[in-house]
Amino acid sequence: MEILDQITRHYNYVITIFLMIAGVYIVVAKSNMIKTLIGLSIFQASVYLLYLSPGKIIGGTPPIIGEGYEVYSNPLPHVLILTAIVVGVATLAVGLALVVRIHEAFGSIEEDEVLRELEHE
Amino acid sequence: MRLDTILRVCTKLFLPFIWVFALYVQLHGDFGPGGGFQAGVIAAAGVILYAIVFGKSAATRIVPKWLVEAMVPLGVLLYAGVGVYSMLMGGNYLDYDVLFHSPPTHYEAVHGQHWGVFLVEIGVLITVTGTMITIFYAFAGRGRREDRN
Amino acid sequence: MIPESFVPHLPALQIVLPLLAALIAALVRNGTVGWLLALVVSWLMVPVSMAMLGAVLDGGTISYALGGWRPPLGIEYRVDAPAGYLLVLVSAMGALAMTYAPRSLASEIPVGKRGLYYSMYLTCLAGLLGMAITGDAFNVFVFMEISSLAMYAMIAMGKDRRALVAAFQYLIIGTIGATFYVIGIGFLFASTGTLNMVDMALRLQDLGDSRPAFAGLAFIVVGIGLKLAIFPLHLWLPNAYAYSPSVASAFLASTATKVAVYLLLRFIFSVFGVDQTFDDLPLTEFLLVLSAAAMVIASAVAIFQMNVKRMLAYSSVSQIGYITLGIALASQAGLTGGIAHLFNHAIIKACLFFAIGAVVYRCGVVKLDQLAGIGRKMPLTMGAFVIAGLGLIGVPGTAGFVSKWYLILGAAEQGLWLLVIVIVVSSLLAVIYVGRVIEVAWFREPGPALAKASEPPFEILAVTWALAAGTIFFGIFTQYSGGVAGDAAMVLLDGIGPSDATPLLTRDELFDPTVSSGHVETGGGETGGGETGH
Repeated sequence: MEILDQITRHYNYVITIFLMIAGVYIVVAKSNMIKTLIGLSIFQASVYLLYLSPGKIIGGTPPIIGEGYEVYSNPLPHVLILTAIVVGVATLAVGLALVVRIHEAFGSIEEDEVLRELEHE
Repeated sequence: MRLDTILRVCTKLFLPFIWVFALYVQLHGDFGPGGGFQAGVIAAAGVILYAIVFGKSAATRIVPKWLVEAMVPLGVLLYAGVGVYSMLMGGNYLDYDVLFHSPPTHYEAVHGQHWGVFLVEIGVLITVTGTMITIFYAFAGRGRREDRN
Repeated sequence: MIPESFVPHLPALQIVLPLLAALIAALVRNGTVGWLLALVVSWLMVPVSMAMLGAVLDGGTISYALGGWRPPLGIEYRVDAPAGYLLVLVSAMGALAMTYAPRSLASEIPVGKRGLYYSMYLTCLAGLLGMAITGDAFNVFVFMEISSLAMYAMIAMGKDRRALVAAFQYLIIGTIGATFYVIGIGFLFASTGTLNMVDMALRLQDLGDSRPAFAGLAFIVVGIGLKLAIFPLHLWLPNAYAYSPSVASAFLASTATKVAVYLLLRFIFSVFGVDQTFDDLPLTEFLLVLSAAAMVIASAVAIFQMNVKRMLAYSSVSQIGYITLGIALASQAGLTGGIAHLFNHAIIKACLFFAIGAVVYRCGVVKLDQLAGIGRKMPLTMGAFVIAGLGLIGVPGTAGFVSKWYLILGAAEQGLWLLVIVIVVSSLLAVIYVGRVIEVAWFREPGPALAKASEPPFEILAVTWALAAGTIFFGIFTQYSGGVAGDAAMVLLDGIGPSDATPLLTRDELFDPTVSSGHVETGGGETGGGETGH
C-alpha cells in the first residue's frame, strides 16, 4: 500500500511522466509529420509541468516582503517556463513551416512516403 | 464567413475590448500577473479574429504584412537597445538602475528599474504581436491562388 | 586595439553585437547589406574573444553580471580558459565563413532570401557564442534553442528539396535533445535550488550521492549527446550537413557540435566533477564503448558514401568519437587529446567542406563519380582538400596527428591497448575514404561535365587555403594546439572549488541596489561590472 500512497501523493509526477512518455511515443511511432509535431508539443508540455508543479507551495505567496507572510513561492520556475513556452511555440512554428514546404515539394506529409520517394531519385 | 452578419457585428463589438484588455494586461504586468508575452498574444488574437471573419486581405489593409514583419525585429531591437543604452550610461548590459542617473541612489535606481522593465515589456509586446500575426499570415491562405504571385 | 571603456563589457558585446546585427539584417532584408553586417560583426568578434582569452590567461576568470544582478542570483557570463578557447574558435570560424560566403551563397540561395540567411547566420552565431559564455544552466538552453532554430532555417535553405526533410528531422531530434537537457536542469534545479553553474557545483558537492541529481546528469548527457551526434544518436547529422548550403555545412560542422561537446565537458567536469561522474557512475565505460563504435562504424559507413558532403558528415560522426573518447579517458593526456581534437577537427572539417563548396560553386556536383579529374581542373582547391584530408587521417606534421597522439598516450597510460588499436584502425579507415576522393579527383581523366571547371574566386580559395595552412601550422607548432588544450584540460580536471564562487550577499546588501548592481566596488559608473580575477 505504501507504493500506492506514494503515487497518489505525487500525482503531479505521474501526470508528468505520462505526458512525457506519451509525447515521445507519438514522435517515434507516428509517420505523419503533423502528428510528430503534436507529440513533440506534448513532450514539451510535460516539462512545463515538471517545473511548475513542485514550484507551487501550499499557502505560499508571491515573494514580496510583507507583514504576516512567512511562506513564499519561488517565482523562478514560472519565469523559466514562460521562456520555455516561447521556445516551444517558436519550434512548433518552424516545424509547421517546414511541413508546409515539404508538402509543397513532395505532395505528402507522411514521412515514410517522402523517404520512399527520395529513394527513387 | 464574410456574409454572416452576426459574426461580423460581434467581431466589431469585441475588437476594441480585446485590444484594451491587451493594453491592460501589458500595463498591469508591472504589478501583477501579465506582461508583454500575454498582451502580445491577445493583441495579435484581435487581428487574427478580424482576419478570420473579414478575410485576410481586409486584415492586411489595416495591418500590412511588411509592418508585422518589421515589428518582429523592431521589438527585440528596443529590448536590446535598452541594454545598450544602460551600457552607455556606465552600467552592465540591461542594468536598469543606471538608465537615468549614474551612479544611482536607491530611489533613482528604483526609477530606472521601473522604466527599464516598462520599455523592455513594450519591446516584448511589439515582437510577440508581430510574430503571432506573421505566423498567421504565413500559414493562412498559403497555396490559394489569390495569394500566389 | 579595443577602446579601454569597452573592456569590462566584452562578455556582453560578444553576444549583443551579433544579435543586434541579426535584427538589423532581418529589418533591412537585403543580401548585400546583410552580408556586410555579418562580415563586419563576425570579424569584430575575433578581437573581442581574443582579448577575453588573453585576460583569462593572464588573470583568471572573467565574470560579468548581466543586468547588474550579481551571481548566483542573476545570469552570469563567465569566461574561463575552456570557454575562452571555444569563443575564439567559433568567432574565427564565423569570420572565415562570412569571408567565404558571398558568391558561394549567391549561387545557392535566391536573391530575396539572402538577407534573411545572413540574419539567421548571425542569430546562430549569437546563440553558439552565448552557449559558450553563459554560466547559467537555463540560459544555456535558451541560447541552444536560439542557435538550433536558426540552424534549422539555414539547413532548410539548401537547394535540394531533401534539405527540407533533413531540417525537419534535425528539428525533431534537436528539440527532443534540448527538452531532455531542460528535464535534466529541472532535476538539478529541484535538488540544488540554483541555476548558476558554479553555485550548482558547490551545492552538489555538499549534496553527495543524490539520485535526482544523477538522473539529471543522465538526462543532460543524453540531451547534449543528441545535439553533438554521439554515435547512436547521430542520425540527423549526415543529411543535415549534406544538403545545407556549402557555407552553412562548413560553419555548422566546425562549430555546432563543438559547442555541444563543450557543454558536455562543462557538466561532467565543472558542475559534477570527476569524482562524481566517473567514480560513482559508469560514464567512462559508457562513453568509451560509444566512442569506439563511432570511430569504427561511422568511418566504415563513410567509405560507402557516394555524396562527398555526406561522406564528410559521416566522418564528422567518427571524429566526434575521438573527442568523446578523450572525455571518457578523463586523464590529463586523454582530455588534452579530446580538446585538441575539438579544435583541430573544426579547422580540418571546415577546410574540407569549404573545398567541396568551391567545387559545388564551380561545377554544381558533389557525387564522387562526377568528380573524376577535378584535381587537374582545380588543383589549388583540391590541393587544400588533400592537406586537410591528411590532417583527418592524422599524418605526422598535421594538426590531426597531435590530437591522436595525445589520445593514444592517454589510452596507453591506462593500459587500454584495445583502444589504441581502435584509434589506429579508425585512422586506416580514414585513409580509405579520403583516399577514394583523392584517387578519383587526381588520377582519373576529367569527364565532359567538368570541361568548364576552373579555380574558384579569390576569397573562396583564400579561406580554404588559410584553413589548410592552419592544419599544418597547428601540426608543427604544437604549443598552440596541444599546449593550449592542455591548459584547458587542467582547468576542467581541477573542477570547481569554493574559491570560484562569488561571495553571497547578506540580506541588507541584497536589498540595497547600489551594492547588488556592483556600482560601489567599481567606483561609479565608469566601469560597471566585469570584475576580473579572484
